[in-house]
Amino acid sequence: MEHIVIIGNGISGVTAARHIRKLSDKQITMVSAETDYFFSRTALMYVYMGHMTFEHTKPYEDWFWEKNSINLKKGYVKHIETKNKTLHFSEGDTLSYDKLIIATGSKPNKFGWPGQDLDGVMGMYHKQDLENLEKYAPNNKVCKRAVIVGGGLIGIELAEMLNSRNIPVTFLVREDSFWNGILPEGESTMINRHIKNHHIDLRLSNNLKEIIPDENGKVKSIIIEETGEEIACNVVGLTAGVSPNIDFIKDSDIETGRGVKVNPFLETNIQDIYAIGDCAEQHEGINGRRPIEAVWYTGRMMGETVAQTICGNRMQYNPGHWFNSAKFLDIEYQTYGWVFAKPRENESHFHWKHADDTKCITVCYDKKTNAFLGINTFGIRMQHEIFDTWLTEKKDVDYVMKHLGKANFDPEFYKTYEADIYAVFKNELQTV
Amino acid sequence: MSNKLNHSMSLAKPDAVDISNKQKVALAIGIIGLFILTLALFNTHFPHKGLFLTLSLALIFAGTIIYSRDAYLTTLEGIKNDGVWFKSISSRGVWGWILGVILTAFYIVLYFYPQYLGLGKDGAENTGLVSLFDPLSNLLSGRNASQWFVYGTLYTVAILAFGYKFMLKYRHNRYQQLRTASVMFFQLSFAFLIPEFMYVMNSDLPYYDLKSIWPLNYYLFDEWSVKAFLSNGNIGLGLLLFGIISIFVITPILTYKYGKRWYCSWVCGCGGLAETAGDPFRHLSSNKMSAWKLERWLIHTVLVFSVVMTVAMVYSYLGYDHNTFWLTRGVFISLVMGFLTLVFAGVMYFKRHELGKDAKYGAIGYFVVIVLLVTMHLTGTSEHVLFIKGSDLRAAYGIYIGAIFSGVIGTGFYPILGSRAWCRFGCPMAAILGFQQRLFSKFRITTNGGQCISCGNCSVSCEMGIDVRAYAQKGENIVRSSCVGCGICSAVCPRGVLKLENDTMKGRINPTEILLGNNVDLMDLVNNK
Repeated sequence: MEHIVIIGNGISGVTAARHIRKLSDKQITMVSAETDYFFSRTALMYVYMGHMTFEHTKPYEDWFWEKNSINLKKGYVKHIETKNKTLHFSEGDTLSYDKLIIATGSKPNKFGWPGQDLDGVMGMYHKQDLENLEKYAPNNKVCKRAVIVGGGLIGIELAEMLNSRNIPVTFLVREDSFWNGILPEGESTMINRHIKNHHIDLRLSNNLKEIIPDENGKVKSIIIEETGEEIACNVVGLTAGVSPNIDFIKDSDIETGRGVKVNPFLETNIQDIYAIGDCAEQHEGINGRRPIEAVWYTGRMMGETVAQTICGNRMQYNPGHWFNSAKFLDIEYQTYGWVFAKPRENESHFHWKHADDTKCITVCYDKKTNAFLGINTFGIRMQHEIFDTWLTEKKDVDYVMKHLGKANFDPEFYKTYEADIYAVFKNELQTV
Repeated sequence: MSNKLNHSMSLAKPDAVDISNKQKVALAIGIIGLFILTLALFNTHFPHKGLFLTLSLALIFAGTIIYSRDAYLTTLEGIKNDGVWFKSISSRGVWGWILGVILTAFYIVLYFYPQYLGLGKDGAENTGLVSLFDPLSNLLSGRNASQWFVYGTLYTVAILAFGYKFMLKYRHNRYQQLRTASVMFFQLSFAFLIPEFMYVMNSDLPYYDLKSIWPLNYYLFDEWSVKAFLSNGNIGLGLLLFGIISIFVITPILTYKYGKRWYCSWVCGCGGLAETAGDPFRHLSSNKMSAWKLERWLIHTVLVFSVVMTVAMVYSYLGYDHNTFWLTRGVFISLVMGFLTLVFAGVMYFKRHELGKDAKYGAIGYFVVIVLLVTMHLTGTSEHVLFIKGSDLRAAYGIYIGAIFSGVIGTGFYPILGSRAWCRFGCPMAAILGFQQRLFSKFRITTNGGQCISCGNCSVSCEMGIDVRAYAQKGENIVRSSCVGCGICSAVCPRGVLKLENDTMKGRINPTEILLGNNVDLMDLVNNK
């Protein structure tokens, strides 16, 4: 029986395993050095915040894997010997495979800051990071202040986590407004204000210069590059993005760039070896996407695709319209289609913001053809299916704005704003 | 950090998250209110009972209100679940167990030893706690309090005070606010005030909480109850008919339109307490597959028990002679079997594909009931049904289901089993509504394409122990008989994935494996399998 080995038990690897099991009775082994069982990485923050226990982060109960005869192996792969199709573990043992799927995900970026490996400095990605945070920041007596470096999605989640335990947070953001490489100005500035409303010390256009240790090799303070200011703190969170977790592959025959290089079939340069999820790097981005997509659902989709290929139905990874979501403290964010921070050539943005400063939308459309290109919504839930259909049918922006209420996905009895939004939209068009 | 919860054993400071000084003062105020009740319980003599009762209840209200305002109005609107798994009281810690024991003890005394609450036996004066409530009872209905009046008052106070707290906690969510206002209204009026006023108008009518529907109201068709209704002319007859129409007409229509939530989360008193006072414990319900299996057996067993018990009760006071009353034993048992057969045949004809393997269990349940009924008819005497005394069957149901399951376990175990243990494992009304909801309702929880990130907030906060995530991460609508439609899964979802909706029956159940946003060809391929 063919032996499929998957390195990594995150959403990509687990999805691949589940679908291979559905389609075949191949022998499947999942390898992980992080945890015994699959857990939802996105839920780690809620464990620290006390909304759930680590047990709750597991989408499948522990008996699920044996019942579906998916073998789990805990171990750290040190080297992949592609000629003999063998994995070598740092624990000394080996495992041979017929087909190999690399799904090792990401690791937090570190940019060579002095002091970046001190005790009390951590990312927020792995389960071990959570354990570290619990150790160094259990409460505001042990951790009198924390500094977060990097204003992205993980950064703001870490800020929310620490906030939940009343630990004062200084949040260093390189950009002059939060996440404004992705978000248009109106949205980004609204989130700036929301962060400050949560009493988080947001420092825009501030970079980390160095982390200063105390006599025990623990974090004592940080220095800000621009001002030279020293901020005393006990924990430093490094959340300046993630990159593929592939150091152990670098000395093998598998071609790597920033990630493991794959073609649209998710195949590497070595036959019978595939890479999926955060660690895979397309030679060229597909449908305007980035070559590396570190997103939950793209990992899931790659897992579904590679399962088809491995079970004899060779298939390209061909994702549909872009979508994503996040939550910034109390404000939910959803996006469908493409809305860039600044409208590209031919593009125009329509922006609406509610007076309470917690809800807004930005709609992107083509100035010439009036085609609807994408929408960002904050504080208003919208329906994925409807936008997917509208994007496929290439609806124009007037149609979308007029029918926006159809896409509303807020709970029953919520106040709706679509009529308001449409009125403002029509009004703006007339004045232009 | 281990995966197991690590509770501090310190009673002085068990919580990782501190409460503010104002909250401490508020807690003290509320505890003084409770302390007055405790003193009364231990037979402390209060000179002005009305004054002290008012003081006690006012302090409980004031404490809860001040606490809630400080907890929720000092922060921005949003989800307020920080630290629920750290607080000893809400994570089965020392305080949780202490509270559980106190509540359980209270229920045991209430149901089985009301004399310890001070209930005067055989017309004797009330003493202790019950006597403290005499002035209020006299004010409302002109009679002295009973242990049930004390219980009803405290129950109403709990729903009102904690309902206020809940509304502040979800002040950004109008669905939560409206449904909480609704349960507060129904508790105060239908369960508490109206029955008292009905007594004032006609003291012969049995206590009737109009929103309490058979089989939850299992004593409605008891002989004494039916006789009392029938001996009270048109009003009594009207009320009895309303009871029958409630279960056979009103309930199916409303459940078809809105799902069982119209009752369980908007009207019901048990649900009302669970959603308000029980809210801090909702996450303690087990999501495990094993809990779900137990639930399905237990709740349907209780339903069968309640149906057979009620039929046996009614059967035992009916006669044999057509000329005395048209509804004889033979007619009655035939009507019941005919009705059950109609329901069973209808479901099998229209829904057997949807039910799959469960159809078999349904058939077994149906035949068990029919066999029991036939046996009852063939062997029944005026005293004995199913070879036991008819009144014993009714008494057993009253004690084991009505008192121990719904009260002692259902509410007493809030801090251990979560807030809806009774609704989930025992309530026969929930079983019937769930059956309707699963098969003939427009209600469902819709999931939002591919946005789910499997975080599990929905599953944790489901008080009915539904593994909501298992559906959401597959993009599958949630159509479950146990769902009470509280809407908290939707509220806590960080990605806007879940929405409670009433829509058409068509396409309500959508078992697709591949989510939106994916390769269209791949979706077709996998869905064809």
